[in-house]
Amino acid sequence: METNATHHADLHRDDTAAKIGMWLFIFTEILLFGGLFIVYSVYRYRNPEAFHLAHEELSIPIGFINTVILLVSSATVAIAISAIQKNDRKMTMILLGITLLLAFTFLVNKYFEWGAKFEHQMYPGSDLMKNLSHGDTLFFSLYFFMTGLHAVHIIVGMILLIVSLVRVKLGTIRSNQYAMLENSGLYWHLVDLIWIFLFPLFYLIH
Amino acid sequence: MTENTEHKHEPNFLEYQGKYKGLLGWITSTDHKRIGLLYFYTMMGFFFSGVVMGILMKLELIAPGQQLMGPQTYNGLFTLHGLTMIFLFVIPGVASVFGNLFMPIMIGAKDVSFPRINLLSWYLYIIGAVMVLVSQFMGDGPPDTGWTFYAPYSLKTNTNVVAAVTGAFILGFSSILTGLNFIVTMHRLRAPGMGWFRMPIFCWTLYGTGWIQLLATPIVGITFLMVIAERTLGIGFFDPAIGGDPILYQHLFWIYSHPAVYIMILPAMGVITEIIVAFSKKSVFGYSAMVVSSLAIAFVGYFVWGHHMYTSGMSNTARWVFSFITFIVAIPSAIKVFNWTATLYKGSINMQTPFYWAVAFIFVFMIGGFSGLVLGSLATDIHVHDTAFVVAHFHYIVFGGTGFAFFGALHYWFPKIWGKVYNGRVANIGLLIMFIGFNTLYFPMFVLGIMGMPRRYYDYLPVFHTPNMISTIGSWIMVTGLIIIITNLLRAKKGSGKDIDNPWDGKTLEWQISSPPIVENFTDIPVVDHQPYNYN
Repeated sequence: METNATHHADLHRDDTAAKIGMWLFIFTEILLFGGLFIVYSVYRYRNPEAFHLAHEELSIPIGFINTVILLVSSATVAIAISAIQKNDRKMTMILLGITLLLAFTFLVNKYFEWGAKFEHQMYPGSDLMKNLSHGDTLFFSLYFFMTGLHAVHIIVGMILLIVSLVRVKLGTIRSNQYAMLENSGLYWHLVDLIWIFLFPLFYLIH
Repeated sequence: MTENTEHKHEPNFLEYQGKYKGLLGWITSTDHKRIGLLYFYTMMGFFFSGVVMGILMKLELIAPGQQLMGPQTYNGLFTLHGLTMIFLFVIPGVASVFGNLFMPIMIGAKDVSFPRINLLSWYLYIIGAVMVLVSQFMGDGPPDTGWTFYAPYSLKTNTNVVAAVTGAFILGFSSILTGLNFIVTMHRLRAPGMGWFRMPIFCWTLYGTGWIQLLATPIVGITFLMVIAERTLGIGFFDPAIGGDPILYQHLFWIYSHPAVYIMILPAMGVITEIIVAFSKKSVFGYSAMVVSSLAIAFVGYFVWGHHMYTSGMSNTARWVFSFITFIVAIPSAIKVFNWTATLYKGSINMQTPFYWAVAFIFVFMIGGFSGLVLGSLATDIHVHDTAFVVAHFHYIVFGGTGFAFFGALHYWFPKIWGKVYNGRVANIGLLIMFIGFNTLYFPMFVLGIMGMPRRYYDYLPVFHTPNMISTIGSWIMVTGLIIIITNLLRAKKGSGKDIDNPWDGKTLEWQISSPPIVENFTDIPVVDHQPYNYN
């Protein structure tokens, strides 16, 4: 608000507006993945056999562990918001720290999971894939693209949480002013929610 | 209602000096009016480069055979012309410029809900624009896919598609943020007494537009990301060689890009409503019908995308369903036209430049609308599909609709933005010449289309010569008109300021404050106790 700083005796603040804005943005994110869910459905419908065989290559335990990790991290960020409402800044920071640690663990798991796929030539364009059916290529294209895009969202969510953490420390997020933390939490729940859909689509459905 | 005279001494938004001076003061400003003007100036630059490309293409088509350029250059030109005009001018157009400038004032707010995000939208717009333009000059040459990036050609061509698609993706982001900002602003910042049904129609159309931006843009965003991934990482989605489905690309593309047509036209209809009301000095006929038809256009506009794909390969059921829904969209559009004319009836009509623009809009928009029905019905569409007829229809709607509304809005709000008056006589002459040029340019294309001339060709058979030549001459006339219009406005802008807070006797809130508006629009937030257009 550089240009009209002098006119703002008290800077306009509207937490409800911030929250509505975040909800609308989350809606657009769901639609972004919605496009991918459509593509997934169409190709799964057309290549049921290949999708079934390809999905058996994914490790359900790793997927399950990652699901638990994200669910727990969603819980910790929710408790962090309760903590800041009770003005417990130390507890808020600890909980945000745990959330970030869990997010990082998720990415590490993902790294090993992807690494193993590459090692076994299971990526679009590999020599192995060229000899398999189109359905296999499509499955792994979607797998890498959707989990990759999800990982990007994890990273964005982590950045938001880190900024929130710093601002709790600085005291610009506090018990009567925590819209930023709440919105970061909302975003984090979105990241969790999308994974809740990705996990069954790729790992579980037969 | 605030009275203006007492705070004349306050600096207006043009001369206000904040932390930074000059240009830096503008590009760091979060004032919605300054952001609106930032959009305006950059957009005019893109618009005129688009015009130059259009002129060059028309020049190529003046006679059969190669005149100016070869096929590859022509392909690059129509692609960039489409990208520039659609993504950089008409989609953001009226909403980003005039919505930013006036929507907050019209609902009695000091700014939008998220001023910094508003500025961010402009920066994203610039970054996206630069990406689109850069795609012309780096890599392996300008994209030659057309603005639609149809797969599988967009995956196979060696030209620089990735940069252009990335630019379009970023522009989509900018569009989403603007829409989100406007929606939240209208929910949260209406002045006391400004109920939903006391908002001017322009605000309602922006509200509908905002929702389309939110709901449709992500789909094209993800589609563009898939094209980028397919080109750079070789993962398959749309290339039939690796199992993908190019028709799926078309569906995903048009799920956004048809509603995008309503992103372009809805705010334009809003502007025309404001002008018609102010210049017949009479409240709008059927306020709630106007509101409902705006939202109905936004809603039904979602379910018609298939009419771009009648010949692509869809089931017959899908085709007639899409055709049927397409005809339904004509109903709310027609309601608007009828209500405009009914507003004029027994009005006290003030014949001035903005009014002429509105009338010109209605005329060309109706030709565009009716030709849309020709394209919307299955049997006739097969005949004119992918011909010059489509190009003519599209330009009648998008240029004749949104473009005319843009210039109408510019003439309507010019005194408010700069506090100056332009020469109405010259403006009218410019409009007349442009109007004649516009019809001379595009109408022959309807004829060419029915004769069977395909679009996007740099060459044609001698039988198409005469209409093409007329069309090219039309393009010169139109540009002459445009030059007159712009020079007239530029001269007015250089001229001295006048005391004209309300030259047209407008009743909406922006006419009740000083021209140019002060930094935060109102010294005291107004209290509204009546309908938006309270003419007696």
